[in-house]
Amino acid sequence: MSSEAEFGTPPGGNASGHSTRRGVRAYLIGLGLAILMTIASFWAAQTHLIYGPGISVAIVVLAIAQMGIHLVFFLHITTAPDNTNNVLALAFGILIACLVIFGSLWIMANLNRNMLPMEQVMRMQN
Amino acid sequence: MSAADVSHAIGDSAPLGRGPEGHSHLDGDSQSTSAAGPAPRRIIVGYGFWIFLLSDIIMFSGFFATYAVLNGATNGGPGPAQLFDTTNVAIETACLLASSFACGMASLAVAERNRMWTQLSLLVTGLLGAAFLGLELKEFSGLVERGAGPTHSAFLSSFFTLVGCHGAHITAGLLWLGTMMAQFYAKGFRENIQHRFLCFSLFWHALDIIWIAIFSLVYLNGTRV
Repeated sequence: MSSEAEFGTPPGGNASGHSTRRGVRAYLIGLGLAILMTIASFWAAQTHLIYGPGISVAIVVLAIAQMGIHLVFFLHITTAPDNTNNVLALAFGILIACLVIFGSLWIMANLNRNMLPMEQVMRMQN
Repeated sequence: MSAADVSHAIGDSAPLGRGPEGHSHLDGDSQSTSAAGPAPRRIIVGYGFWIFLLSDIIMFSGFFATYAVLNGATNGGPGPAQLFDTTNVAIETACLLASSFACGMASLAVAERNRMWTQLSLLVTGLLGAAFLGLELKEFSGLVERGAGPTHSAFLSSFFTLVGCHGAHITAGLLWLGTMMAQFYAKGFRENIQHRFLCFSLFWHALDIIWIAIFSLVYLNGTRV
């Protein structure tokens, strides 16, 4: 993206006032979008306007969107060729995180449904 | 071909199975990066630290899974809706977001090699981070005083583990920030110190990303109407 990208070109190469101004503008855009997302998700948690069960979906979607904004504007993950490895590592990390979270929820919900309640187990032992 | 070919192992986008013949169809994108030789040290440092951050995020995903599973296990005690104060969380979120922004300003100042702005924005980053940490500690001690400490229920254990682990990362980040300020002060904008600062800024931004997940899934999802 901009020349002072975190993952981007070498430091102090040709950092001029112009590129710094561009960098500040990029960070300001990121900050503005992040604030919007944050306000939207705090609003969604309080409001009665959204259909009840939809609220948590809205919160999750806003959180994912805000994470994307942080990745692009603050961590400077881009599609540039020198960033390919970072993107691939990120994709792999997301895969593992999803496996851990959704796998745990799935397995534990399944156990919860199929196991006897604790009192019944105790009664059977007596 | 030889020098550029041997040395691109890390920074390249098309490293596999390249014989003398297989080379011919790799034009365009991969040509431009591989012909440039090894990736600059800055890219490699950032990549390595990024791998560490992702492993850290995977560790957090384990804590998130634990919290999600134990969310209802309140042992007859208070649940999320009774315990969490959304206003406090909003202030914490604002502190951390502003701190992340100040850290971005610091990385611009470092690229400019401007001592005063670097130290100033790092100071702001640290103060906002400390404010976040103070609010979090206040919340924790308030919970413990109300008898909702980590020993009360599985839900509270997982809550204190998840949020406390993030707080511990923030604490470590603040210590690191202090040493970065001292290094910029004492040694100036040397290349290796800039690389250390690159790692710090990645760490700090990644902590903000984890906080997004915490305030959304733990606090907002727990207190929604």
